[in-house]
Amino acid sequence: MTPLLALSQTAINFTYLVAAVLLIVGIRRLSSPPTARSGNWIAAVGMGIAIFFTFLDPDITSYWLIFAGMAVGTVIGVVSARRVKMTAMPQMVALFNGVGGGAAALIAAAEFHRIAPDPGHLSGDSIGAMLFSALIGSISFSGSLIAFGKLQEVLPGRPITFAGQQLVNALLFAALLALGVAAGASEQGMWMVLLLLGALLFGVMLVLPIGGADMPVVISLLNAFTGLAAASAGFVLENTALIIGGTLVGASGTLLTVLMGRAMNRSIANVLFGAFGAAPAGGQAVAASTDGKSYREVTADDAAVMLAYAQRVVVVPGYGLAVAQAQHAVRELAGLLEARGVDVKYAIHPVAGRMPGHMNVLLAEAQVPYPQLYDMDDINPEFPRTDVALVIGANDVTNPAARDNPESPLYGMPILNVDQAANVVILKRSMSPGFAGIDNDLFYEGNSAMLFGDAKSSVEKLVAAVKAA
Amino acid sequence: MSMTLLNSITVFVLAVFIGIEIISKVPTMLHTPLMSGTNAIHGIVLVGAMLIAGSADSDLEKALAFVAVVFATINVVGGFLVTDRMLEMFKRKPSKPESE
Repeated sequence: MTPLLALSQTAINFTYLVAAVLLIVGIRRLSSPPTARSGNWIAAVGMGIAIFFTFLDPDITSYWLIFAGMAVGTVIGVVSARRVKMTAMPQMVALFNGVGGGAAALIAAAEFHRIAPDPGHLSGDSIGAMLFSALIGSISFSGSLIAFGKLQEVLPGRPITFAGQQLVNALLFAALLALGVAAGASEQGMWMVLLLLGALLFGVMLVLPIGGADMPVVISLLNAFTGLAAASAGFVLENTALIIGGTLVGASGTLLTVLMGRAMNRSIANVLFGAFGAAPAGGQAVAASTDGKSYREVTADDAAVMLAYAQRVVVVPGYGLAVAQAQHAVRELAGLLEARGVDVKYAIHPVAGRMPGHMNVLLAEAQVPYPQLYDMDDINPEFPRTDVALVIGANDVTNPAARDNPESPLYGMPILNVDQAANVVILKRSMSPGFAGIDNDLFYEGNSAMLFGDAKSSVEKLVAAVKAA
Repeated sequence: MSMTLLNSITVFVLAVFIGIEIISKVPTMLHTPLMSGTNAIHGIVLVGAMLIAGSADSDLEKALAFVAVVFATINVVGGFLVTDRMLEMFKRKPSKPESE
């Protein structure tokens, strides 16, 4: 097939400039609620422009492969984006991120293969970018798949660790660097294949020891990785659109990762290598010390009375709410309480759920008004004046050990001070520890009462009981 | 170092600063949609996959490029649609009367 209508490289680069401006404006508009949705579409239009004008690139001589691939990808993308439940959103983002990284690695591999038969044709300028793209893209691909597996609970959410793990990982990384040098120096395909396989393995090894509670930070980091992989693919192909688009994501994703780590009062290195929640020695001692402590159970009817006759109620949602899809029931309960004159607020911990803003998305789905959602710093002073704190499927973010017990692995993480409320009602399936695998001292406090059961059915019972009260 | 590489590095460095600048003002509640939106944007890698696929010679190259196009398209299409679904919920709807 002959080119449809070949444009000059200069003209195409001009359209890439237009696309880049739209991407930047799009991200900027994503930063404010009223403009966010249009921002997403502006970015999409920018992307569309870049894709459309790439078809007119004189280097492209065959179209069927592109059309076939885009058709398959569009079907998969549309179906999965439509079908996914709001609660499964973090996994979906991890998957989309992984395939992006995979694409960057494949581009590097194909480009390497194209040049490999004639050693000596690789310029020093592009070989480094090519190897970097292959390495980071593969790590992002396999790492994202493991993150998906952990969030989907196909894999255990707890950290998977073994003795000497960090040494093994360090050796593996050193081997990858050596493979990169070998591939670059020899320009032999075999080394490139080994590099790709080794990087896939490294991605798995990197994410396996990280606990489910840290997955938001990991997904954000892998998002930044994929951006950098795309940018370096841009260096290989000397393509400005790729460099700008990829770098924007690389930079913003890195910043977002740091911000999320800061919210948990932990460094990125600690998240990656700390095997957080792997029941370290200190953690076991703390868990043991809570044995023999007693907790109080409460019936839905009693809890409903407490809520109905309260003046101030603060709802503390967590991952349990997401899993049980309880957001609509919670909205209904809050509506009933407000009709009775109760002041209802929602306390949103920055890392509640599996992604920053996860709770906001869920509560917005149930049409909970924004002004009722409070960030941690705004709501914490309110707890001493609160009659009932209703904790729905949140655990680690409410554990007072994070504030009071220097022995606890959670120590130092900012928490919601729900224990300062007059009464705490905790909706939970059982006494099992949270995602971080750490026992929660909150459950044994004198003002705490447990309401066992699935979050959604428990809230529905509360709704029925409040109506009757 | 070639002029092309220097130009690429210039673009890269400037994009790093822009990426940090435009992100630092996002409220926490929009972090998930933002992560999802930027996730869609690195789907720009599709442009690279297209360039490879459109000029592939050998069968192996074609196979790699085909998978790359599929992957990158999933990233772009799925990414933007999922982000839109999330943001749709943030849209301030006229509060429906409590009909019960």
